[in-house]
Amino acid sequence: MEEMVIWARELVKQFKNDKTVITAVDHLSLEVASGETYGLIGPDGAGKTTTIRVLLGLLNRTAGESSILGFDSMRSTYPIRERTGYIAQSNVLPADLSVLENMHFFADIHGVARAVQEKNIPELLAFTGLGDFTHRLAGKLSGGMKKKLALACSLIHEPKVVFLDEPTLGVDPVSRREFWNLLENLRVEKGLTIFMSTPYMDEAERCTQVGLITRGRMIVSGTVAEIKALLPGHLLEFVPSPFKPAQQTCLPLPGILEVQVYGEKLHIFVDDIETRRPQIEAALASQGIRHNDLREIEPRMEEAYISLVNRHNSTSLGKVQSCSGGNK
Amino acid sequence: MIAGSSLIQKQVSTPPVVVENLVKRFGDFVAVDNISFNVRAGEVFGWLGPNGAGKTTTIRILLGLLKPTSGKTYVLGLDSNLQKKEVHARVGYMSQQFTLYNDLTPWENIRFYGGVHEMTPAELRPRIPEIIHMAGLEGREKAMTRTLSGGWKQRLALGCAIVHKPAVIFLDEPTAGVDPISRREFWELIYQMADEGVTVVVTTHYMDEAELCQRIGFISQGRLVALASPAELKKAQMHGFVLEVTASNPEQVVRILKTAAQTKQLLLDEVALYGAQVHAVVPDVTVYKERIRALLVANQINVRSIEWIAPSLEDVFISAVKFPAENKSV
Repeated sequence: MEEMVIWARELVKQFKNDKTVITAVDHLSLEVASGETYGLIGPDGAGKTTTIRVLLGLLNRTAGESSILGFDSMRSTYPIRERTGYIAQSNVLPADLSVLENMHFFADIHGVARAVQEKNIPELLAFTGLGDFTHRLAGKLSGGMKKKLALACSLIHEPKVVFLDEPTLGVDPVSRREFWNLLENLRVEKGLTIFMSTPYMDEAERCTQVGLITRGRMIVSGTVAEIKALLPGHLLEFVPSPFKPAQQTCLPLPGILEVQVYGEKLHIFVDDIETRRPQIEAALASQGIRHNDLREIEPRMEEAYISLVNRHNSTSLGKVQSCSGGNK
Repeated sequence: MIAGSSLIQKQVSTPPVVVENLVKRFGDFVAVDNISFNVRAGEVFGWLGPNGAGKTTTIRILLGLLKPTSGKTYVLGLDSNLQKKEVHARVGYMSQQFTLYNDLTPWENIRFYGGVHEMTPAELRPRIPEIIHMAGLEGREKAMTRTLSGGWKQRLALGCAIVHKPAVIFLDEPTAGVDPISRREFWELIYQMADEGVTVVVTTHYMDEAELCQRIGFISQGRLVALASPAELKKAQMHGFVLEVTASNPEQVVRILKTAAQTKQLLLDEVALYGAQVHAVVPDVTVYKERIRALLVANQINVRSIEWIAPSLEDVFISAVKFPAENKSV
């Protein structure tokens, strides 16, 4: 456990006001090894931002333990701050400063010596592709470029770990891909450890480790392949018409593990494709329900998330399933 | 008589959303560059593009909020520019911000939006419970809207947008930031409406949402670069093929392939790390499987597999933006 760059054990964070107690982080445990890209994945309100803030020591934890680079989140906030970069979700760059002035500003805040700045800043500008925009005001940058500048500013003091809270929110797909390519270069070239949160299920695919959280709890963690392997059986997809009767017809059939609605399509998890496909087709035909071919598809992270959250809620065991074998 | 019958005919045969040779310039900047497309009745249509591509401008022109520089747009056979009042009366609009009154109850919000659309109390009386039922808000109709979770607020916002039974509804990134389960429920509602004949136009850069549309239009730098179903787009619009490389030391694989791409040793469009796998976009599957394998083996990489995989909609999107000229509308 000690060699983990980031770890949390049974971390709890509660917010109390006069009458109510809200548990934002609920006995959450995680581990991130050096050089990983760890994705904390979950919807709005799942507790992602609170987890990051507690890990960084920006919020006091209610119970449990956590540490970054061997420093306790709550007791050693200064050593942590010197060694980590952080882009908050509502990250604000001074809009009336230019790209270059922003970089100097954040470098000064972090106490980076001028001589080091002279070397780091041009490198970061080249790396993020902002070299041609050094004199543009931050307020005049596009959304994607603002995110890149925020990333450059968070790296100015050469941190070992960066925390990115939903860095791609509201960014279009082209800029999102560019941003991810930058992160990948950081990891590949500099061995940086990246901890990021995202509501986008598809971004899980680009992480080396992911943790899925809902309502402050870790439902499952591991590599994408490990998490997908937890899904029951195989997945069939088709477009039925009419829709509702098709759903009701399929639910009670034998070998049906789970039925998910996907827009106009039905997603059905079955134990065995070869035996269940003809059974489903026959049942639909007997009800006069039309449909296209029942195709087997690869489940994506989104199907995995829905299936695992449903299972988590129905068993309500609240137990963390870890694919990576828990304590290493 | 003749005018009357031709009007009826027009309503029957004209698609509910028509964009014809639309051009919009702001000064020297061409925001929309000669775009034409139709949306069919009862269709769920996705309108996609990077920020600044002209997505919102197109929607604003359709709604009569902006005047086109040239070209025409029609909603339900009505000219957006000349008949915007009539257009507004017949369309619904739901923005990303869900413009709901937090200090009103869901019931009051629905009544308010009904009032905005000049519905009479007699029309509203049966309609409000219908909307409450559709949005699954039974038992919460008297709660303060601010206390509702994201998924409920979103369904309420949709309910408010359709209180006047519009035939066309425009949704602007409707499920951004909503959890996947609520998003699925929301899309179930969208398809229920489409089944009842409502035409739905969704603006989004959320690929998960785009994937749920029946047909997609891609706009990039003001031009329509693709128009087809998600499945067709993945088949026809992708420039090149996606190979997935599974090997020891994926970081090293990325470095080797990127260098090979830079030195033009291999023609690779995109090289990217996906967890433990590397994706590369190549011009030919068979040839490149072998060439990549040979290169990696020569670099002492233990290659476990190289598979041709289906592109994601995001891959297609990026390809369409990069190579707009080579994409043709289906």
